[in-house]
Amino acid sequence: MAQGDSQHVDAARISQEFIKGIWRENPVFVMVLGMCPMMAVTNSAINAVAMGGATAFVLIGSSLLVSLLRHHIPKQVRISTYIIIIATFVTVADFSLKAMAPTIHKELGAFISLIVVNCLILGRQEAFASRHPTRLALADALGMAIGFALALLCLGATREILGSGSIFGAPLFGEHYEPWVIMILPPGGFLMLGVILLVFNWLGQRSAARRQAREALRAEGVIR
Amino acid sequence: MNENLFWIFISAMVINNFTLSYFLGLCPFFGVSGRLTTALRLGLATIFVMVITSLCASFLNTFILPYAPYLKLICFIVVIASTVQFVEMVIKKLSPALFRALGIFLPLITTNCAILALALFQTSREYSLVQGLVFALGAGSGFTLALVLMAGLREEGELSSVPAIVKGTAINMILAGLLSLAFMGFAGLFSSG
Amino acid sequence: MNEVELTISAGGRSQEPSSLRLVATLTVAGMISGLALAGVYQLTAPIIAENDAKALRAAVYKVVPGSTQMQRLTLRDGALMVVGEEEEVETPVVYGAYDESGRFVGYAIEGAGPGFQDTIKLLYGYDPATKQVIGMEVLESRETPGLGDKIFKDAAFRANFTALAADPAIVVVKDGKDRANEVDAITGATISSKAVVKIINAGNEAWLETLPEPGDEPGLEEKAEERETAGGAPGIPGIPLKEGDR
Repeated sequence: MAQGDSQHVDAARISQEFIKGIWRENPVFVMVLGMCPMMAVTNSAINAVAMGGATAFVLIGSSLLVSLLRHHIPKQVRISTYIIIIATFVTVADFSLKAMAPTIHKELGAFISLIVVNCLILGRQEAFASRHPTRLALADALGMAIGFALALLCLGATREILGSGSIFGAPLFGEHYEPWVIMILPPGGFLMLGVILLVFNWLGQRSAARRQAREALRAEGVIR
Repeated sequence: MNENLFWIFISAMVINNFTLSYFLGLCPFFGVSGRLTTALRLGLATIFVMVITSLCASFLNTFILPYAPYLKLICFIVVIASTVQFVEMVIKKLSPALFRALGIFLPLITTNCAILALALFQTSREYSLVQGLVFALGAGSGFTLALVLMAGLREEGELSSVPAIVKGTAINMILAGLLSLAFMGFAGLFSSG
Repeated sequence: MNEVELTISAGGRSQEPSSLRLVATLTVAGMISGLALAGVYQLTAPIIAENDAKALRAAVYKVVPGSTQMQRLTLRDGALMVVGEEEEVETPVVYGAYDESGRFVGYAIEGAGPGFQDTIKLLYGYDPATKQVIGMEVLESRETPGLGDKIFKDAAFRANFTALAADPAIVVVKDGKDRANEVDAITGATISSKAVVKIINAGNEAWLETLPEPGDEPGLEEKAEERETAGGAPGIPGIPLKEGDR
């Protein structure tokens, strides 16, 4: 295989692995992974972004390391080793955030440490990073991390706009807006995510129906 | 001191329910709670793991972690994984039927954020050994309560006609939201006179 | 999630790697992890400690208006003694706040107790000369947003604590206050308001008897000199010494 060929295949493959994490296999809305941190930290947009950033750091770092070392980790101890790697990155993220942004660290509290049991990260190591070369693992991790962060931001921004009447701390609606407080409280988190999933379901069903209709028309020879 | 213990227990169980207020233990909450009996069994196993974790965490916090605070997370995770492994072996020996019934859910307790969160909260709030135990019992009972309630609702849901658009996780989320809303009523249970 | 399930339960299929190799892998991983974490800790610990100290100092200066310096005090053998900011103490701690010239202004007392939703942690300033609470700052709370969180967001509520008589015990009222020891509750957040007052009253009960007479408070410089002559540790870190040196 010529050098140019393999590189071309790689580039297409890399972008494919990258994109899937953002929409089609979005860790939150489609795969429903990593929910614990999601709802607790999305009561404001800035918290959501910070959490997304920390998770991205851990996911990308550990995926890279696991992929690099994948031939050296015996199968029997792989889960334990992945957990050690992930826990190390999480602790680094925790201390760094505490030193650099103590207010945000206080808001997020224990949830930074809880990234270590986020099924998303361990899941990606096991399902992908340990079986694919570094570049693909990196693309997958990046895609998943961005998809996760976007989902967090989506939920966080919505809850903050409805529940506090502000976005990233900047008030939006003026003095007389009575905020829908339940949105920044736990029930609001569940309800909001339920509504978003409902929208995703609806979109999915609509496009499936459209695809079916198109297949039917194609079978009858009406369209090509 | 006694009043304090009671507050810790009730607070962890209903007022600040681990699942419905702190959003912990959601993976098993949504993944497992399809059947009432399984939910109850998983809840009880979780309580047991929590209690043991709490004991180990107290031990770690008193003797080992003051010298190396950065090893806290790793130590806790190792303790939890080992405890779950141990519980698995014990149940397998003592009651193979129960082991089969619990199936895959037992090892999944390791990734239950509620247990790690228990250890972390206990540490940051600097609970004593007894306070930590009471906290673990309360938190575990609260988790079991939420799990059982959710399982009951879902069993009912199977028999009713749920619109396709909201089937699956969406309706579960909304149900959880309503449960969480209901549990908010427990706040102010200990109003200061 | 399904993949993780399968793999966790499928462990233990023994093949070529020897037990030594397994143990070695885990040990090496653990050691590298430990080293990395120790390193990061060394880097960040001083910054974190500084941040915490700064936050505490800011809170103390806020609740004791007019103060620019502070030191940590604790009760030992019936007398109030100065302790270092990092020192581990078994006995409860209170902060003494002083103005620029080193003159004592007031105490800053920490307190915590159950609020409406969860524990409320606060710091309040106390002036023994006038027997008044002179400031209150909520450090941690999880009260209901829009209602209970007014304990730190509502300026009118906070203003209750700028000149509040502590003797007799503080009382919460709902329709406007008449007496110097009354606090006007937040409409719709009576429980949170009462919780704050309860915490302050409890703090006063614990401390006011044991505090020295007004005028006898440990001075900034006195204690430093005393410790010098006693051969004790030199001055309190962060507190400038006026006369004498290490």
